[in-house]
Amino acid sequence: MRRTTRRGTAVLAVGVSAALVLAACGGGDEEGGGSGVFDQGSKAIVNPSDAKGGTLQMLRTGDFDSTDPGNMYYATAWNFSRLYARTLVTFKSVGGQGNLEITPDLATGLGQPSADLKTWTYKLRPGIKFSDGTPVTSKDVKYAVARSNYSPEVMEKGPVYFRQYLANPNGYKGPYKDPNLDNFKGVETPDDQTVVFKLAAPFAEFDYLATIPQTAPVPKAADAGAKGGVNYAKGVVSTGPYKLDSYEPGKSIKLSKNPNWDTSDPNRKQLLDNIEVQLGVAADEVDNRQMDGSAHMDVQGNGVNAAARSKILSDPELKKNADNPTSGFLWYTAISRQVEPFTNKDCRIAVQYAVDKTGYQAAYGGTTGGDIASTLMPPSLKAHQKFDLYPNNNGKGDPVKAKEHLAKCGKPNGFTTNISYRTERPKEKAAAESVKASLAKVGITVNIKNYPEDGYTGGVVGDPNFVKKNQLGLMVYGWAADFPSGFGFLQQITDPGALKGTGSSNISHIDLPAIAKQFKDVVQLKDEAARNKVYQEIDKAVMEDASIIPMLYAKNLYYRNPKVTNVFINYGYSGMIDYANLGLAK
Amino acid sequence: MTAPIETTGSEAEAQPEAVLAGVERKAIQGRSLGQIAWLRLKRDKVAMAGGILVVLLILMAIVGPFLVGDPNEPHNNLIDPTLSRPKTGIMHSGISADHWFGVDLPAGRDMFSRIVNGAKYSLLISFLATMLAVVLGVFFGVIAGYFGGWVDTLIARAMDIFLAFPLLLFAIALVGVFPNSAFGLEGNGLRVAFLIFVIGFFSWPYIGRIIRGQTLSLREREFVDAARSMGARAPYILFRELLPNLWAPILVYATLMIPTNIIFEASLSFLGVGIIPPTPSWGGMLNEAKEVYEIAPHFMFFPGMAIFITVLAFNLFGDGLRDALDPRSSR
Repeated sequence: MRRTTRRGTAVLAVGVSAALVLAACGGGDEEGGGSGVFDQGSKAIVNPSDAKGGTLQMLRTGDFDSTDPGNMYYATAWNFSRLYARTLVTFKSVGGQGNLEITPDLATGLGQPSADLKTWTYKLRPGIKFSDGTPVTSKDVKYAVARSNYSPEVMEKGPVYFRQYLANPNGYKGPYKDPNLDNFKGVETPDDQTVVFKLAAPFAEFDYLATIPQTAPVPKAADAGAKGGVNYAKGVVSTGPYKLDSYEPGKSIKLSKNPNWDTSDPNRKQLLDNIEVQLGVAADEVDNRQMDGSAHMDVQGNGVNAAARSKILSDPELKKNADNPTSGFLWYTAISRQVEPFTNKDCRIAVQYAVDKTGYQAAYGGTTGGDIASTLMPPSLKAHQKFDLYPNNNGKGDPVKAKEHLAKCGKPNGFTTNISYRTERPKEKAAAESVKASLAKVGITVNIKNYPEDGYTGGVVGDPNFVKKNQLGLMVYGWAADFPSGFGFLQQITDPGALKGTGSSNISHIDLPAIAKQFKDVVQLKDEAARNKVYQEIDKAVMEDASIIPMLYAKNLYYRNPKVTNVFINYGYSGMIDYANLGLAK
Repeated sequence: MTAPIETTGSEAEAQPEAVLAGVERKAIQGRSLGQIAWLRLKRDKVAMAGGILVVLLILMAIVGPFLVGDPNEPHNNLIDPTLSRPKTGIMHSGISADHWFGVDLPAGRDMFSRIVNGAKYSLLISFLATMLAVVLGVFFGVIAGYFGGWVDTLIARAMDIFLAFPLLLFAIALVGVFPNSAFGLEGNGLRVAFLIFVIGFFSWPYIGRIIRGQTLSLREREFVDAARSMGARAPYILFRELLPNLWAPILVYATLMIPTNIIFEASLSFLGVGIIPPTPSWGGMLNEAKEVYEIAPHFMFFPGMAIFITVLAFNLFGDGLRDALDPRSSR
């Protein structure tokens, strides 16, 4: 269940010629404002202001997976949906890492669990209305969860955590097949203000699931007939400060003020008159128009590309209006525990020592592309704890130590193995080349193999048989949590319980029973600090096993237009700029 | 032939016949077609320049890789870790006494070494692919032209079909489904063989058509009739009578086909279905450069120039060769 912020590099096909033309439009003059400090937005709210009015111009190279809160998976879409969809709980709107905290949104408080952590109760705030004026009730939340999780034939894009965790004794098939919501037993609505979730097993981190846009209420009447199902994306009924006026896939999204928004909403601001998103803009144009001030923000949330990165960092006037937060992604190379000679732990440790992480860093854009990593959990998670089991000259590689362990594993002269990467990702290609070069120094020959991005997790590195057959000893990969907790980050990539036939993200094939047990137990711990301690233990156990080489805690470089107010990085959404509070200076 | 008459002196007078014979022999000394062509080619300065360049490029491709450093060795220390571009050199290219063409991004590999090593694969693939295309094209072209009738129809239609193939798309699709090892080859070796096959197999109709046309006109000529009337059979006529008369167009079109194939190989590598990285190839380098050309223009300039110069050299030489071998044809 990986939520990537990268949507491939299809735009590159547009090619050099277009880019050349567009390059000429860049480098315009600086616009007003400009009291910023580099990376200020990572720690605090930049340009705090209550100034009203204006139209925010946003750009994006591709398109959203959907505007329907029930049918989206990308972090950028989840972040953007907060402009028009309120969820039961959400991430706090404060600067710095304080926004990792979950705070009530539609609900009056956080979820109230039963003693066995299998029943979670939320009370809705009174007086909340949809943009059309009808009041929001608990049934609208129940309906939203039902349609988004139990109708894979219609809602195919979002995750299905609720289906995974909620009890479903009578095999409910979703509202499109079974309109009688009483048959859906996973959510109960004793009255109009109360939503009760019934889980099949204890799960202490349910509040994280309730932050997913799938808990944003959907009126059943608006999701019917020709306007319903996937087409609801064009007619989303808003509960946020803005309402969706139009969505033309691939072209534009237009939002305007929602007159029925509950102004006591503690997590959002309604400062702008309109928000316009232009979709399908060439990547270089997105960067250049931000810098020359003809647009306010890139809504994709991946940060700027290589050329703009260099321009921004070498020009102090531009640099002071840029942020460089950690994104929540870990770029890593997985070592397959199934492929010879990596079945021997010392062979894995040898590689841990030998790799040149600075080369990997260069591949991902240098020091502003990521910090050298030594643990699985990135520092943007509360559970992160710093340690380094294989210190190798600040990431430059330690051939001496590597040779020691090669000798221990019976391969003093090295061996030959393969490394895989995703064809569409030039950064992964450069990363694989860097691994090859650094391992060559200790006598390990690495052959590079590339596979299409589509199906990489499904049928290539996620298929143990494929990995064994093609001897993929090393696999270039990246990971970010769906929700920013140790569980959300670690479980899919390290839990032996996550190993399934194919399509598992536990691509190292970690099958240690001790870790499996820890994952089973941790979700029954009520106390967050106690859970975080377990996550740290799991992190250490995997590093001791040496089956994942953490390379970089990914960072993105964002340019913030000095005219835009209330800019801050929201770590709840992969460390991108928070969209729910933006305004424009006069 | 007035010289002997004007010649004075005892020797000439003493042996007029001998002198006459000598001058006469020199004056009407026969030259073979090849010699005439060579003389014409020698006089064509542009073609000779192209030819010399071609020879130098081939030399570079053969011995160059042994003289330059490891093309895959990263020089991370030359790259600015913050700005992700070479620290030194004109326009941040990393050009220095050690790195004549600068270093690439992001790993800082020596561009000169990568260009020289790229030449090896570029030329190897285009030469062998051209040979394959020539062999197939000549074989089918001669057969179609000589036998005519349904054989001709069949081959000519096959050529049409091949020419109508969206070759680039087809090559991309083929690479996608191609296994990592086959025919006892693996990795890059297999990929090179595959590229030679794809490029050669799909470009034979170009030369095939020309050979077919030439054969059509040659088979009506008297010497073929003569051979036929003396009882010569088809294989003899094809290989002993027709083929020797076709070598000029074959040579010319082969020379002109090589640059096309160089570009084709570069396109495939650019699209990521050519030479497997990190093995250097010019198209692959252009692909890597396209993301950073604004901050590191040298990264796009040098492989681009390498392709440009090589293709130009082969084209100039090929054009000159055509003029020399077949002066009747106009440009």
